[in-house]
Amino acid sequence: MSDIRISGIDKSYGQTQVLRQVSLSIEAGEFIAVLGPSGCGKTTLLRCLAGFERLNGGRIEIGGETVSAPGRHLAPEHRGIGVVFQNYALWPHMSVAQNVAYGLKIAGIPRSERNSRVSKVLDLVELGPLAHRRPADLSGGQRQRVALARCLAMESRVVLLDEPLANLDVHLRGTLEEEFAAFHARSGATMFYITHDQSEALALADRVAVMDKGRILQFDRPEALFSQPQSETVAGFIGEGRVLEAEDIRPLGDGHAAASVLGRPVRLRCAPGETARRRGKIAFHPGDLHLTNAAEAIPCNVTRATYRGAYLRAEVMAGPAGDIPLSVNIAAPAALSRGQRISLALRDGWVIPDAAPSHPS
Amino acid sequence: MTLVQDQPARPPRARRLLRRFGSERVLTLVLILFVGLLSIAPLARLLHAALFPQGAFDAARIADILGGRRVLEATFNTLWIACAATLLATVVGTLAALLTSLTDMRRRTLWVFGFVLPLMIPPQVTALAWVQAFSPASPILGPLGLSLPPGTRHPLYSMGGIIFLLGLYNAPLVFLSVRASLQRLPASLIEAAHANGANAGAVTRDIVLPLIRGGIFAGAALAFVSSIGNFGIQAMLGIPARIPTLITLIYQRLNAYGPSALNDMALLALLLALLTVIGMTLTAWLGRRGDQRVDAAQRPPRMALGRWRLPVSGVAWLYLALCLLLPISALFGTALVRGYGVPLTLETITFENFANALFQHEGIRSAFLTSLWLTLLTVAILIPAAVALGYVLSWRRGWIARLLRIASELAYALPGIIIGVAMILFFLRPLPFIGTGLYGTVWVILAAYLSNFLALALRPILGGYAQIDRALDEAAQLAGAGVFARLRDIVLPALAPSAMAAAILVFMTAVNEIQVSVLLVSSRATTIGPMIIFLEEAGSSTLAAAVGCLMVLLVLALMGLSLLVGRRLPEGVLPWRD
Repeated sequence: MSDIRISGIDKSYGQTQVLRQVSLSIEAGEFIAVLGPSGCGKTTLLRCLAGFERLNGGRIEIGGETVSAPGRHLAPEHRGIGVVFQNYALWPHMSVAQNVAYGLKIAGIPRSERNSRVSKVLDLVELGPLAHRRPADLSGGQRQRVALARCLAMESRVVLLDEPLANLDVHLRGTLEEEFAAFHARSGATMFYITHDQSEALALADRVAVMDKGRILQFDRPEALFSQPQSETVAGFIGEGRVLEAEDIRPLGDGHAAASVLGRPVRLRCAPGETARRRGKIAFHPGDLHLTNAAEAIPCNVTRATYRGAYLRAEVMAGPAGDIPLSVNIAAPAALSRGQRISLALRDGWVIPDAAPSHPS
Repeated sequence: MTLVQDQPARPPRARRLLRRFGSERVLTLVLILFVGLLSIAPLARLLHAALFPQGAFDAARIADILGGRRVLEATFNTLWIACAATLLATVVGTLAALLTSLTDMRRRTLWVFGFVLPLMIPPQVTALAWVQAFSPASPILGPLGLSLPPGTRHPLYSMGGIIFLLGLYNAPLVFLSVRASLQRLPASLIEAAHANGANAGAVTRDIVLPLIRGGIFAGAALAFVSSIGNFGIQAMLGIPARIPTLITLIYQRLNAYGPSALNDMALLALLLALLTVIGMTLTAWLGRRGDQRVDAAQRPPRMALGRWRLPVSGVAWLYLALCLLLPISALFGTALVRGYGVPLTLETITFENFANALFQHEGIRSAFLTSLWLTLLTVAILIPAAVALGYVLSWRRGWIARLLRIASELAYALPGIIIGVAMILFFLRPLPFIGTGLYGTVWVILAAYLSNFLALALRPILGGYAQIDRALDEAAQLAGAGVFARLRDIVLPALAPSAMAAAILVFMTAVNEIQVSVLLVSSRATTIGPMIIFLEEAGSSTLAAAVGCLMVLLVLALMGLSLLVGRRLPEGVLPWRD
């Protein structure tokens, strides 16, 4: 059993509170990502899970056993958790095989069984021929596979990954993302992936927890984060999201609402329980804006147009006073020039729920 | 992270929890016991004996002792000598560091080796060598006719002589500190000044000196601590010259009155400790206000000395010849003649003194063997202890780690003789289980060594920890390894070079030391360091010189050996490597 229940944990270093009432409920075998800017507390959360940090409040249960709570702390060496560190933390004085075997050796597993398990695991990650190399003689991708093999050999039911791709170049990242997905499929372990890169998080995880200033803002499926953000911060953070003021929001009852944005009537998606409001915030993405000739369109002034290959990115000033900056993607071939007047229609958007999920502090 | 855990004491669970939390908790407890027993407890005992000898605070007694004419004189002498010697050491050390780090002086590497060498020679040997330099046996001054005619007062048996020798002796300390600062100096700052038209002199005065101020004052603080606590030079010159300092006063009174003077001497030791801490803090505070730039950028280019290169190199080498060759050659000269004052010629040369020291003299041989196994035992205990202590200091937070750090540094910063007084006080009374006291046995010396040299062993090892990625240890922890398995399998292989360097430093310091053991030696247990003073006091100058020569040879052999294995040792740990 490897489900993780994090309930209301607090952690502070001296005067600075790093985690505030963080709660997450993760099912066994799930792949979740924690996404946030640097300094948001995500690494501290990982270190609390691994047992390197003690909690000031709250409780962490793994597979039904309480591993961290005030007055109770299971040492990291007895948690049976695997961690893939940012720099992989391979022991430089041991060969690949020794790195993978170390945990089994500590566990007192006899040499013959140890050797067979190690070679099986190394074959799985296709490192068999490199078993006697030192970590210094491996490429970045090979090192990552050694780190993963270490978790596989220990049969860790929970694997924590601490920004494992942060130090690698872009070309390698795509390949290594696939490795994680394959590892997850093979081991069935519960994966807890820390990153500040939203494309990584959205691509890999079953569910993503967005973190900021020590709080979980939203814990949801990637597509829900993108299309139904529960707060302005999440809306602005995911996928170049844009938040605007809307007026006269009237739910239509079918999951949609009518509203007025920049003085123009629009149809938006909304939560089932949404009520009529005079004012509110709405979220949308550059792709939701389209060029149009309709009379009810938003008039804009192009301030800058950049060629991006498949599309043209235009920065425009919109609204009655022409003081609201917006970004819009226009499919190529297209030609726009600075100062040109265009009309835009908002085809999709999301009414951000009024009372964003409250986090008592 | 606190390591001690409050757990409900239900038997079956308690057992499981002991296994679970055992290793780190046991390690921390052992370290607290180790540092507490060797550092905190003896110093606390000293404090108690100094201030509450009869169980009550007696201000009149303290005023009476500290107000005595001899004590006042010794206090004044101590302060004057320490300050003047620090000034001399700072000027010489800073000049040497600027010369070797910033200019294209000739044969720098060899010069640095020679400049730092005096630091590794025991101070009592240095003092003896300088005293012999003016003897007729000196192969340099003798033939030149510059040796003292018999009957004249020796110029080094004076306040100025003590200051001169202490200043020269501690100059390498300042040199090392300033050189470390210079190596962190960003090259671009100097290049920018050159680009603005500044010449070498202006760059040194306006850019370099202000930026390395922190290093200069840090070196001066070290030189102050070392000068005020240097027993070897203060005793070898100050006692014959009748210039009392606090250290020699404590030594002479304890020798004269024995343990009955202990409480009063504890008070003097406390005064000495106070002066040391004040001087060190003041100097460090003066240096802290400077701009401290830490930058691993490329090292500044060396400035060409141009037509000054030859004269400057010449003066530098002349200095080395004066400070190294003059005394050392005189020491060998004295060791090679039959009696003090006999000039060294082909007819008078004899190896009798060396033969005596090595094979005949029972006391010297046993003292040397005692020093050797005491030092080896000290290294064998201190290195593992320092590795474990370094683990807690580097990778664990909280008040336990902070307390351990202060306690281990304290015993090192205080003059060795204070540790000596504290150890006598602590071990004078019978021990609870053994029933007899350890006072007068070799074990007190061992305890004092462990206490005094812990910080010396700790320094390179902490540097080693700073180089290790902590995730390596955490990964092993996740693999299920307890703290002892991790220290053995993960930390030690990575730390081996630093541990080796620490072992060399401790060995070289402890095998010749004098200030810690001079109060603790007895007829049953003598170390080789104080032997020179005893021989000199007994009038056997030539035998003392032979022992001194052997010490110098031992130091040179060890330094050479360390350079041979030096390729594998971390950079900047062994001071004599450039």
